[in-house]
Amino acid sequence: SEAKSGRTDLIFLIRFRHCCLLRNQRCLLAYLYDRLLRIRALRWEYGSVLPNTIQFHMSAEEVEWFNRYKKSLATYMRSVGGEEGLDLTQDIKPPKSLYIEVRCLKDHGEFEIDDGTTILLKKNSQHFLPRWKCEQLIRQGVLEHILS
Amino acid sequence: MSEAYFPVGPGLGLEENFLSLDDILMSQEKLPGRAESALPRLALALGKGGGGAESVPEGSKLEIPLWLAKGLHDSKRRIISVEPPKIYKEAWRTVFSADANVVDLHKMGPYYYGFGSQLLNFDNPENPEIAQTVSNCVYHLQTFISRFRRIMDSSQNAYNEDTSALVARLDELERALFQVGQKGLNDFQCWEKGQASQITASSLVQNYGKRKFAEVDG
Repeated sequence: SEAKSGRTDLIFLIRFRHCCLLRNQRCLLAYLYDRLLRIRALRWEYGSVLPNTIQFHMSAEEVEWFNRYKKSLATYMRSVGGEEGLDLTQDIKPPKSLYIEVRCLKDHGEFEIDDGTTILLKKNSQHFLPRWKCEQLIRQGVLEHILS
Repeated sequence: MSEAYFPVGPGLGLEENFLSLDDILMSQEKLPGRAESALPRLALALGKGGGGAESVPEGSKLEIPLWLAKGLHDSKRRIISVEPPKIYKEAWRTVFSADANVVDLHKMGPYYYGFGSQLLNFDNPENPEIAQTVSNCVYHLQTFISRFRRIMDSSQNAYNEDTSALVARLDELERALFQVGQKGLNDFQCWEKGQASQITASSLVQNYGKRKFAEVDG
């Protein structure tokens, strides 16, 4: 209303306010974008199912974004590497052997491996297991990879 | 979190990266300026007011953050004019070229290089000198790199402690470079020990173990 009344000296005030609005907008956008970058990193570092403690802190839109990202990634991985697709989130570090030695860091209950046998993952127990079964559990902090 | 998380880095040269948190922090740093005309109602906002809707009189000295300076500045200087902070001026240039070791660049403004590059956005007769001063600071970086190398070569384990005193005097850009160097060294040592193929827990998970989160309802 003051602009309409023709007071040109207030143009500075308007410009100042506009700068502040743009600044706030920038800060908010950068914050939200950084959150998305971290959520995306979770898919690679943690896995496709996020623990409740993390999901609790995500907004509904962020959860939906994560699900859509998961889907895009899965579609892409299926499309490369022939018939079965290629799991890019496995073997992030070059594997040296098919089986690895792991130690259990917390109780995780029963764990079934490919030939049907089940293993009890109790804290401090050590096992010799196929690498591809353990990788995710190691990343999640349940198992620890022991080098011989 | 460090493996797959790639934050938006700061911009290079005259352009900031809009989404870069580093650039946002950097553009919060203040520079001295002057009101070129009376600024009605802005006294409180610019730190000069008492409480009412006072005006900033023409010619008053102001300290404003870079983002505001960029927004209010125009080549005709109708609203405000700005000048580079002391540390970018001639006097400091001689200090840098004399002995870069002496200078605590973090105290000069933690974003010395980034802020200096942004100053070149305001056409200012001193711009060539500013550019020169900032590039002279590269000597600062070089002396720290050679110091860093010597520390790394001397003792493998103790270097973590020795470097914190070193890092305290680096500005943010130098610190980022330092961290990259350290990571490279760590990765190499890891590979030497045969740990390059060891699967590790996500650093996010490790951090969660240390922090307590609010109770989750189902």
